[in-house]
Amino acid sequence: MNSRTVLRAMTALYLLIFFGYLFGPLMIMAASAFNSDSYPTAYPIESLTLKWFWVLLTDRDMMLGLKNSVIIGIGVVCVSVPVGLAGSIMMTQIYPRARSLYYLITVSPVLTPGVIIGISTVIFWKDFSELTGTKPYIYNGIILAILGQSSFISAYSMLIIMARLTRFDRAQEEAALDLGASYPQVFWHILLPFLKPALLSAAVIAFLSSFENYNTTTFAILADKTLVTVIAGKVRQGTTPALSALGVIIILITLVGAVAYEYLKRREEAASAQRLREEGGAAAEG
Amino acid sequence: MSRQFVFLLPVIVIAAYWGMARYDAWRGRDSASRSFVQRNGLVLSTFLVVAVGFWTLFMVALPYLYMMQESFHPSLWPKDRGGPLDVLTLEHYEFFVYGMQSDTQVTYNFTHGKAFVVTILISLAVTGINFALCYPIAFYLAQVATLQKVRLLMLALILPYWVNEILRAFALRILLASEGILNKVLQYSGLSDAPIDFLAANVGLYMGLSYAYLLIMVFPLYNGIESLDKNQIEAARDLGAPWWRIHKDVVIPFAKPGIASGCTMVFMLSAGSLAAPQFLGGPNTLWFTSIVYDFFFQSFNWARGSAYALILLLACIVFVMIVLRAFKVSLGEITR
Repeated sequence: MNSRTVLRAMTALYLLIFFGYLFGPLMIMAASAFNSDSYPTAYPIESLTLKWFWVLLTDRDMMLGLKNSVIIGIGVVCVSVPVGLAGSIMMTQIYPRARSLYYLITVSPVLTPGVIIGISTVIFWKDFSELTGTKPYIYNGIILAILGQSSFISAYSMLIIMARLTRFDRAQEEAALDLGASYPQVFWHILLPFLKPALLSAAVIAFLSSFENYNTTTFAILADKTLVTVIAGKVRQGTTPALSALGVIIILITLVGAVAYEYLKRREEAASAQRLREEGGAAAEG
Repeated sequence: MSRQFVFLLPVIVIAAYWGMARYDAWRGRDSASRSFVQRNGLVLSTFLVVAVGFWTLFMVALPYLYMMQESFHPSLWPKDRGGPLDVLTLEHYEFFVYGMQSDTQVTYNFTHGKAFVVTILISLAVTGINFALCYPIAFYLAQVATLQKVRLLMLALILPYWVNEILRAFALRILLASEGILNKVLQYSGLSDAPIDFLAANVGLYMGLSYAYLLIMVFPLYNGIESLDKNQIEAARDLGAPWWRIHKDVVIPFAKPGIASGCTMVFMLSAGSLAAPQFLGGPNTLWFTSIVYDFFFQSFNWARGSAYALILLLACIVFVMIVLRAFKVSLGEITR
């Protein structure tokens, strides 16, 4: 046995432990969703059942929470993607001396515990909406959750968009300007299409981060509820296999999504490889 | 008075920068020949200024500043706010240090002090554990594995993270419960005769925190290591460096920004974590965010909650600064 095989074996063992740690608890939770025992456990199996899925679907709080989560998620996408876009463009144009302060302010929500963002949002908007007489319109859980979550999710989008913006070829912009385009035209016809993939992934990440946020939301949501705060309430009261059933549903949705994504990506890559080969062939002929 | 000052401060700062910009333009040092509005057009300029202004002022700066000033006010009934009782005070910070004061002797607030220290220490430990757990996999993904494998493993890493934090805590609770599968295995195999209360021993808390933020550590590390040229490792190996020296002298110095980024995020998230301590913490463990939570939802003492939140924020800022200093990286490098 040489050192290479030992290294290989060690690596395999490590990967096994790592992914075991990652998936083990989820698998046990998934198994407990099908066990009729009302205390969630994977073993011993009392009898196999699907009743916990039914309990879940008929839970009114959960469904209400789900509805609110979706509304808030859409709201957060609508706020944070445009704000992130504006923030990243502003970064390139802002007065140079103010840039470091601007950067500090925009990324600070990423480095601040979510609990603090939730608290500060509630405290500020309670007084501010009172002061401006807009309390009946603004001071409610859904608006505050959107505002609180967007403060850091906008920063995520800004960082995603900035990463792509740094690869933007300034020569394209100059070419367009030389050909008589105005700056706004460059923005709409060159910059925005170039940033489209980043905007899309920012939107997806914004929705997901919003959907599963707990720390900020639990403060900002006030008397309303989202799916995550409902789940938290249930876990606090005690455990029920209906939550395992929810976990199973989420895992299944994720799996389907991941497989679809992988499939699409492979097909796209195959198509672009095909195109490249054809172009290469055409070039060789010509 | 202090409330008005919160609104005045951003105005002063913006005015100061505006003045400086004007001054530079007047001195002819401004390289941009066109003004902001000329450059972007009216519609785009308005969008940029409104979006960025609303975000930086109304969603970030003002709420933080407002919370800060609120923590220096006493907790009052709404009718007393702005009245003669509404003075600036340090009482909430004094409460953190001294607790309830009795007239006869000076006492200290050991409960909250201990919770603070425990929170910081456990978060540090979790950061260290996660670094140790994730460094090998990040290195493997970034330097060793084939492209096909990287994609498969990345997918496998991301999958569990779509299940939200609370359900993951719940999954650990099923695993660790005294009637849970782990205890059954331990008893069946004869390793223990009575069920072990993992949750009371805080094993659940440590696992929950480390489990929740595993991926937050893997990705920055991966990004940090991935751009390292494989030839550098080859060269070090050819020159006879043992494997641990390759990591210590080649890989880790190169991946500093990634390490700093992963450590900062994991520390911040676990120090500010609410779910894991609430659902997996032992009955005798008081997490700092749980105290803040109780001030808000049980005693409705928002001012004191703000003061405590600020103390937590301060701890996080200190940690970020120490990391930046120790790794000699800039803020821009770790938020990438």
